[in-house]
Amino acid sequence: MNAEATLPLALFIPLLSALLIAANDERPDWREGVTLLASMLLLGVVLSLLPAVLAGARPTVDLFQFVPGLSLRLSVEPLGMAFACVAALLWPLNSLYSIGYMRGNQEQHQTRFYVCFAIAITGAIGIAFAGNLLTLFIFYEALTFSTYPLVTHKGTPEAMRAGRLYLGILLGTSIGFLLLAIVWTWSVAGTLDFAPGGILAGKVEGPAVAVLLALYMFGIGKAALMPFHRWLPAAMVAPTPVSALLHAVAVVKAGVFAVMKVTVYVFGIDFLSATGSSQWLLWVAALTVLLASFVALTQDNLKARLAYSTISQLGYVVLGAALATSMGVIGGSMQIVMHAMGKITLFFCAGAIYTATHKTEISQLDGLGRVMPFTFGAFLIGSLSIVGLPPLGGSWSKWYLLAGTADAGQWAMMAVLLISSLLNVAYLLPVAARGFFVPGLADGPAVDDAPAAIREAPLACVVPPCLTALGCLLLFFFADGLYALLAPIAAR
Amino acid sequence: MIAHLPALQVVIPLISAPLCALLPAGRAVWLTAVSTSWLAFLIAVLLLNQVLAHGPVSYLMGSWPAPWGIEYRVDVLNAYVLLIVAMIGAIVMTFGRLIVERRIRLPEHKQPWFYTAYMLCLTGLLGITITGDAFNVFVFLEISSLSSYVLISIGRDRRALTAAYQYLIMGTIGATFILIGIGLLYVMTGTLNMGDLAARIPAVADTRTVHAAFAFLTVGVSLKLALFPLHLWLPNAYAYAPSAVTAFLAATATKVAVYVLLRFFFTVFGAGFSFETMELDRILLPLALVGIFSASVVAVFQTNVKRMLAYSSVAQIGYMILGISLVSVTGLTASISHLFNHALMKGTLFMALGCVSFRVGAAKLERMAGIGRTMPWTMGAFMIGGLSLIGVPLTAGFVSKWYLVVGALEKGWWPVAVLVLITSLLAVIYVWRVVEAAYFKPAPEGQIVREAPLALLVPAWTLALANLYFGLDTSLNVGVAQQAAEMLLGVSQ
Repeated sequence: MNAEATLPLALFIPLLSALLIAANDERPDWREGVTLLASMLLLGVVLSLLPAVLAGARPTVDLFQFVPGLSLRLSVEPLGMAFACVAALLWPLNSLYSIGYMRGNQEQHQTRFYVCFAIAITGAIGIAFAGNLLTLFIFYEALTFSTYPLVTHKGTPEAMRAGRLYLGILLGTSIGFLLLAIVWTWSVAGTLDFAPGGILAGKVEGPAVAVLLALYMFGIGKAALMPFHRWLPAAMVAPTPVSALLHAVAVVKAGVFAVMKVTVYVFGIDFLSATGSSQWLLWVAALTVLLASFVALTQDNLKARLAYSTISQLGYVVLGAALATSMGVIGGSMQIVMHAMGKITLFFCAGAIYTATHKTEISQLDGLGRVMPFTFGAFLIGSLSIVGLPPLGGSWSKWYLLAGTADAGQWAMMAVLLISSLLNVAYLLPVAARGFFVPGLADGPAVDDAPAAIREAPLACVVPPCLTALGCLLLFFFADGLYALLAPIAAR
Repeated sequence: MIAHLPALQVVIPLISAPLCALLPAGRAVWLTAVSTSWLAFLIAVLLLNQVLAHGPVSYLMGSWPAPWGIEYRVDVLNAYVLLIVAMIGAIVMTFGRLIVERRIRLPEHKQPWFYTAYMLCLTGLLGITITGDAFNVFVFLEISSLSSYVLISIGRDRRALTAAYQYLIMGTIGATFILIGIGLLYVMTGTLNMGDLAARIPAVADTRTVHAAFAFLTVGVSLKLALFPLHLWLPNAYAYAPSAVTAFLAATATKVAVYVLLRFFFTVFGAGFSFETMELDRILLPLALVGIFSASVVAVFQTNVKRMLAYSSVAQIGYMILGISLVSVTGLTASISHLFNHALMKGTLFMALGCVSFRVGAAKLERMAGIGRTMPWTMGAFMIGGLSLIGVPLTAGFVSKWYLVVGALEKGWWPVAVLVLITSLLAVIYVWRVVEAAYFKPAPEGQIVREAPLALLVPAWTLALANLYFGLDTSLNVGVAQQAAEMLLGVSQ
């Protein structure tokens, strides 16, 4: 089958699986079987597109036309390919994990959960393969709406408040700014297609470029650029598999992916660096990186700390885009992949800890590492990858980003990146350290009632983080493949 | 037969009205009304096809030649509006049987009168749209208005009576203004045929009489279409009318009034006179903006969901008027396509609310607690309508909003574009209040609610799916609207 024929399948499979899951409401085993099967199929479809894209092909399909010149268009290019691979690779793992977590915690409304999850994946894949801004916007909104029931899953007043904040910020920014920016682009450029080198060069001039860029950057609220980041910590009331795949990978990565895509294919990095319109963005991104790290230091709730860490790490990607140099763009794009692998490991571990012990605060984790060695081991590896230490994948994205700052002569930004890495060490490593080194409840002479019951979480909750931790390691050694895939987007 | 379609469009529902009154209560009368309204829809489809294929159709009533006799004239614009009215009329009539049997304040033997009033209202609205004669517009306007006062007054809540009375007073003032306007034009030109008027007005355009006629017509029609600040009759009328009536009127009556406005501004007076000599856009623009904003804000604070949607209608009418005041092809396309899209979304929403009140008694927020789980299909339709109202992509509502924002940016009117988007966010707030109540609040103790019957759900879902379909395939709701806009502005393709 050729790539053009396969491409719509990538949307069709998760969408169809949502229907099948809904139809199997009464049969949990079938329902979860469908989820797993669909996720494997999707992975197969996405991977089957990879060779063609590596060979330089750009398969494009117009699903149908809204008005002349404006279609619902799917098109695969390297950046989208990388994002789709990440989402498709992590969905099967996450499904496995979800089954363990949702059953282990006896959550309600599990069918709704799996249905919304499948629709959210459809949205993420649609964003990855969007061939124009309108298509991107459509799937972007679909992702927002399909994740809302996941965030409010518990149905408590707290979850409802979080849901309001979630929907309020994401819809507010996307309709208020992003849609405006897209219509503006349409009215000046006459096209919304993503094109190498951008479509705006020569169409917009002067301060208007910076204003339009601001509309895009703040309009893409999923990138969690400060001050529009509050929805992400709020979304942590969701069950942990949601936080793991959606709020560490699919949703937030869809945000920074859109940022990258707009920078590279709508503005064009040459146009941006020639006009200097992205200078302000560097500072906003740098501020986000540092401030979010500081906030993360103050959080005792494990998921909240990880959420702020995510905000900070997303800032790296925006920073890479704002550098508007080849290295910056490649580094930022790599960061999308590397951070996804690292952060999902951390969330998996957080969820495994919760399932096994019902502990949510970092200060409660003392000594748990020795009874849950696999979970805490995976957490350590994930942390180190996010900090950016070899031999883990995260080091490459930091490397290219640093090279990017050097290329652009942005020494201040280089300093920001280095300081941030130290901050990462300061807020991530103590978690694993507490588990392994601080004597705690789980140790010998203490009263032998509850602690003795603490064991590793169910297998379905422990295997996925170990696999993703292994993934972090593999990404270090096989990063050249990723580089080869991403290099064409920054080619001048 | 085909040649007489324009006459049949009006005559068939007109004849069925007394027929309904003669039939005994029960299925037969409903079947008569339903088959008539679907027949009217079929005729509207045929007419639109004919107009799209062969250009405007002119039909001389009783074969009296044009300026003297009554001419029915169908071009792209009114064929399109006819389609909207007939489509909604047919779907809502299908929906209406159970509502009439259970939810209106009429004893059973009087129920056929509902169908009579409905058919008369449909006749009136179709007549206003199809006729090419200014006085005929007034006649049909009175037919539709009088029957709609009746329809509103038979709502279950006794406040429906005062609401209908309020509407009666305001509507009569509006109709009087329109009549005065038409009378003044007749005095100046000696003709009532719209085409003829258009040819003769330029010669006398600089007289105070014509200016006054223009003002009377504008204010009169604005009253009927509930342009802010002349909208005060609308929220009560929509809130207390039976839900089938609200769905029908909200989706058609104001649309037809907007059509009349377009017809008079652009065809009869001409865009040059309306917007350059009289500078009407300077009046319409601020009224539209204030209307959109204030009605959206007020909607946020309503606890009666029907009333909330009624205020939202006032805001949506503001969008249509805003599109007109842009005086550009894109702006008019947005306006005209919004006639269609708004009919779809409000029809869906009011029918879904009809399902809700059929089961829980009233469309109040507190009564809707927990029905997301007990009435999943009803709330599903409501969600689709709500998303379309917000203007989420892949729904019909997105399409018109898109053109409106593009139109505003073409003119360089940044604040207008921003305001349109901000008010979409207000729509998110008021739609979401319902969603939260339906899906997150626990149902009251002891309340047992079942899903609405299929007879109500099928029509509601038909329109809900139309919201999705026309969000994807825009060849009808935008393609034809664009042709109509180009025709009105005299831009050749």
